[in-house]
Amino acid sequence: MKILGLDSSGIVASVAVVEDDVLVAEYTVNYKKTHSQTLLPMLDEIVKMTELDLESIDAIAVAAGPGSFTGLRIGSATAKGLGLALKKPLVAIPTVEGLAYNLYDTPGLICPIMDARRKQVYTGVYRFKEHKLEVVEDQMAVPMEEMIAKLNAYGQSVTFLGDGVPVFRELIEEKLEVPYSFAPAHVNKQRASAVAALGLLYYREGKTETAMEHVPDYLRVSQAERERAEREAAKAEIKA
Amino acid sequence: MKDTLILAIESSCDETAASVVKNGRTILSNVISSQIELHKLYGGVVPEIASRKHIEKVNQVIEEALKEADVTLDDLDAIGVTYGPGLVGALLVGVAEAKAIAYAKKLPLVGVHHIEGHVSANYIEHPDLEPPFLCLIVSGGHTHLVIVKDYGEFEILGRTRDDAAGEAFDKVARAIGLGYPGGPKIDKLSKEGNPDAIVFPRAKIGDCPYDFSFSGVKSAVLNYINQAQMKGEEVNRADLAASFQKAVVDVLVEHTMLAAKDYKMNKIAIAGGVASNGTLRAAMEKACAERGYTFYRPSPIFCTDNAAMIGVAAYYEYIKGTRHGWDLNAVPNLKLGER
Repeated sequence: MKILGLDSSGIVASVAVVEDDVLVAEYTVNYKKTHSQTLLPMLDEIVKMTELDLESIDAIAVAAGPGSFTGLRIGSATAKGLGLALKKPLVAIPTVEGLAYNLYDTPGLICPIMDARRKQVYTGVYRFKEHKLEVVEDQMAVPMEEMIAKLNAYGQSVTFLGDGVPVFRELIEEKLEVPYSFAPAHVNKQRASAVAALGLLYYREGKTETAMEHVPDYLRVSQAERERAEREAAKAEIKA
Repeated sequence: MKDTLILAIESSCDETAASVVKNGRTILSNVISSQIELHKLYGGVVPEIASRKHIEKVNQVIEEALKEADVTLDDLDAIGVTYGPGLVGALLVGVAEAKAIAYAKKLPLVGVHHIEGHVSANYIEHPDLEPPFLCLIVSGGHTHLVIVKDYGEFEILGRTRDDAAGEAFDKVARAIGLGYPGGPKIDKLSKEGNPDAIVFPRAKIGDCPYDFSFSGVKSAVLNYINQAQMKGEEVNRADLAASFQKAVVDVLVEHTMLAAKDYKMNKIAIAGGVASNGTLRAAMEKACAERGYTFYRPSPIFCTDNAAMIGVAAYYEYIKGTRHGWDLNAVPNLKLGER
């Protein structure tokens, strides 16, 4: 079973190929260059370096949101184009879950946090039970204070990771009442190897979609839709 | 000789489109998924909504285009895609998709300038048309008067100094409550009005006789409406639409004819969304006929954003040897003639 993993949901661009329990190749870059310029050349490098025949891939796993809207679409369109051309299924990996999978078998709770701007984070709560990833709180967009309150209520130790850590570190240190730690550099950002490895489990469970069906899950409506809904709500209030 | 088949993808604004083009001139399929109804709610194109819709539709549109053309990806010679100008998020969907397909199928990738596509729409229905010719490009985002010297080679004679022609249509349409998109609505309402009822200014640019300016006429229309409102007078919307449209069309035709005379061009083409405007088409046809010029214009379906025109442009770039790498990026403000 061979899975191609793609993650361009955040600042990191990452491409990986996982074959059963072997990571054949992974290319991860955390550098300010647009994913449009990096993602496919990175895949090309892996293909050349490992003499990979793309036709031999069983499925394409992609970090499917939340994340940067444009970044998600670059990953999704790349996955959709590859899926269409190779006639292979896609596996949509929730971005936050993919991040959590970086910390396999970590005791306690795992809390990935991605800076979502507008004073919010994309986050969720996960744990490993009998070596399997369990979703405690599904991915969501909330203010960091709200997530800290949830974690205090769980009363268990927490490991944080994600690009939201540097932004909210002080707040966590100030407000969190349970033992915590921060994941180190090699596993604290999006990794396509985690997306591909988790994608392999999803694929085995039959959790796939067609390239045509796949769309990113933004967890948020667009600003224009939000503002329009607010205007409509205000109008309704005036009438009432 | 073997046929050259190109699959083209276009997603620069609010249309998701794919097309298969044979030998640069024959359209085997032309699939367009328009988002216009969605954007009407907001009075114009919302970039984030457009991008989201593109990613939802892009595979379906491509599959339909292949099916309608009765070809598979294995039959293709290249993939063409619009990479600018346009909305960056919207462009990126088509660019990433096209790159992935081309990469997986080991096909050459040809990035296409959106406006070069509009110009190339003229080749579809006019097998006899070849460069050089003069082309007026008018759309919601562009107003250019160019000499098409060769396929993909342009000399820009004039451009707008402020609003694009289509933008002026949209703004005036909004001011008189016609909604979005303004062009077709003003064109339709104008048929009931008197184009000579109100005289709006025709802007002349001193140092460049081929340049355009539409902010003056737009402001004059808005002032006219304000003054009528202050006096409590009812505005005859049909007369206003017809008079505004005439002011814009007069300038477009006049500058085109001046350039044709100065540069001794006797083949005149129009392109872009506003090229489907009935009054412009009629006025340009009449002006050309009076001077013995041959007039070329695409059918309205090829004036709107579509991928067939991108496929045509991609073909001529392809045979010239233009190839793009896997790092091709969207270029929202790509200049005409740039590669």
